[in-house]
Amino acid sequence: MSRFGRRSAGLMILWFLAVGGFAVALARFALGLGAVTNLSDRFPWGVWIAFDVLCGVALAAGGFTMAAAVHVFHLKRYEPLLRPAVLTGFLGYVLVIVGLLVDLGRPYRLWHAIIMWNPRSVMFEVAWCVMLYTLVLGLEFGQVVLERLKRTSLLRMTRLALPPLVIVGVILSTMHQSSLGSLFLIVPGKLHPLWYTPLLPWLFFLSAVAVGMAMVVVEAFLSARAFGRTLELPLLAGLGRATFVVLALYLSLKTADLAMRGVLEMAFHPTLEGTLFSIEMGLGVILPLGMLATPAIRQSAGGLAGASSLVVLGVVLNRLNVAITGMLAGSGARYVPSWMEVLITLGIVAAGILAFRLIATHLPVFPPEETHVRSATKIADSESMVYGSPARLP
Amino acid sequence: MAVDNPAAGLTRRRFLHLVGAGSLGVALGSTEGKAHAAEGSGYGTLIDISRCIGCRSCEAACKAARNFPPGESADLGPTAWTYVRVQQLRTPVPHATMGDGMAAQRAVKVQCMHCLEPACVSACPVGALRRSPEGPVVYDEWRCLGCRYCQIACPFQIPRYEWAERLPAVTKCSFCAERLARGEGPACVTACPVEALKFGRRPELLAEASRRITEAPNRYVPDIYGRDEVGGTSMVYLSDVPFKDLGFPAVVRESLPAFTWRALGKIPVLIVGLGATLTILEVVIRKRNERLEHTEGGGE
Repeated sequence: MSRFGRRSAGLMILWFLAVGGFAVALARFALGLGAVTNLSDRFPWGVWIAFDVLCGVALAAGGFTMAAAVHVFHLKRYEPLLRPAVLTGFLGYVLVIVGLLVDLGRPYRLWHAIIMWNPRSVMFEVAWCVMLYTLVLGLEFGQVVLERLKRTSLLRMTRLALPPLVIVGVILSTMHQSSLGSLFLIVPGKLHPLWYTPLLPWLFFLSAVAVGMAMVVVEAFLSARAFGRTLELPLLAGLGRATFVVLALYLSLKTADLAMRGVLEMAFHPTLEGTLFSIEMGLGVILPLGMLATPAIRQSAGGLAGASSLVVLGVVLNRLNVAITGMLAGSGARYVPSWMEVLITLGIVAAGILAFRLIATHLPVFPPEETHVRSATKIADSESMVYGSPARLP
Repeated sequence: MAVDNPAAGLTRRRFLHLVGAGSLGVALGSTEGKAHAAEGSGYGTLIDISRCIGCRSCEAACKAARNFPPGESADLGPTAWTYVRVQQLRTPVPHATMGDGMAAQRAVKVQCMHCLEPACVSACPVGALRRSPEGPVVYDEWRCLGCRYCQIACPFQIPRYEWAERLPAVTKCSFCAERLARGEGPACVTACPVEALKFGRRPELLAEASRRITEAPNRYVPDIYGRDEVGGTSMVYLSDVPFKDLGFPAVVRESLPAFTWRALGKIPVLIVGLGATLTILEVVIRKRNERLEHTEGGGE
């Protein structure tokens, strides 16, 4: 009973945040950016770009890493994790675009990026990649919809197109995951030396790969609880090992870079930047590396979930540090997001979780668990609710 | 000059041409390597801080020319494309014309620097900011998405956004591009009563600045701010106190677009290389798996 109570309380909070965020978004369009945000000319990018866009894209990276594992490297055993990862990726990118629409001064001109080209602009490249990759994720997830609609022949035909589609997705992801780091290459005078480096695109890409896998693990745990499913622990431990390798590479590259540029000691200065950098690296990189290196922790459900959550936290801190903490001193500005900025961001996250829940209960996102009666009846219920009887479908 | 800065010079015809050429890779390839050229021969303004008396005539003339509300501004803004910043000095230096009366402070005219290779122009995803051949970096409101990457990219923190507007635009000094096209000088320069501002071709202004430094080495610090900063700017400053003490940002000497281009320029290679590698891997692993399944199936 208490479990059910907690769950409905959680749902109520999610709905409250989503509706509240939507209301503030309406206010933002009615009153303008100045009335709703704490952004200024010296600090024009805030939590919407730092969290909704930079973190959103990074945390959605599980879509391309899992798709590559299953469809390019043919690691078929990871197939049960693919659909939830692609769905998270797809929803993640849709929400990134929603966040961008809130942040842009003239959101209705987003299409300008399609016909007004500036190939020298990193933002132009990011815009194209995000648009195209959202389309790719939509097509990849289309498989699930086709299966649900029982279009078997169409499903078989499109399945052949999957490997090339996934390869296009991997290329697009590599491009824009790294390019979100390249965005900051143009501010050598503004971004703090703990984060500014010519290696920014490499570091953004590596951390995205690591956090993509960590997110798949975290989500598997959350879904297991939310949908009452059993965990594929050996698979997740495999992802934990891969996360360890990529994260170790990240740590070596980052440390070597700091040492070569002679700014390693800045990490230990008692400044805002030094402190937040130490937290980012200590909690988000070094601690999970240690945990994942220990077999007993890596192979236990709790340990794996804990380490993966820390990786997620670390990448979130990293993106916030690059876009906000590291830019404060160089811009000579102060910035703390307004409650309305924060509420819109929370609302977008909440809407994403609610959408995932809705889709996962109505579409075959998770592999069937025949022994599990409750989820089976749930799917049966939803069938008649949303789609009507299959006979009426086109 | 439009040819020298191909990113900024994308016309509709050129766009169609690029689409015809077929791929982003081609588009990127065609823009590579052409950037550096004699952009420096356009117009500029020499701002001599040692001559400036802080009368703000330039500011008033700018506002009058743009039909902005008159009055003195304390910062750049949507209706203040230039203003005169009063900088207090830690160690007083007598002013060349005002003497001890202005020893404790200097007046610094602030406006867009009109960089030769502007970071904002390279940053803008839709080409709303362009550098015109004659020097002015101009803004096309009708293209702008409002992403504000130009504000992030600008090393001098010049572009201002209309935060109070529902449909905001970026605002900044246009170097009176429309007046320049009519053969007139910029409004601010025309209004200066003490010749602290001098309009002309950039190379001539740099020569003039060097001449002033050589003729009065005791009066000036031996730097011309804007000659090399971020690859050179159209607005160049002379001063009798170090620029650092005047709050001028210490910026890199290289052009800023080069920093991002070093990463962006590798993308065609990335697309081809990664595409080929992944395709080969996919095929090889699939064939191997099929072979393994086949032999396993035969063994049973």
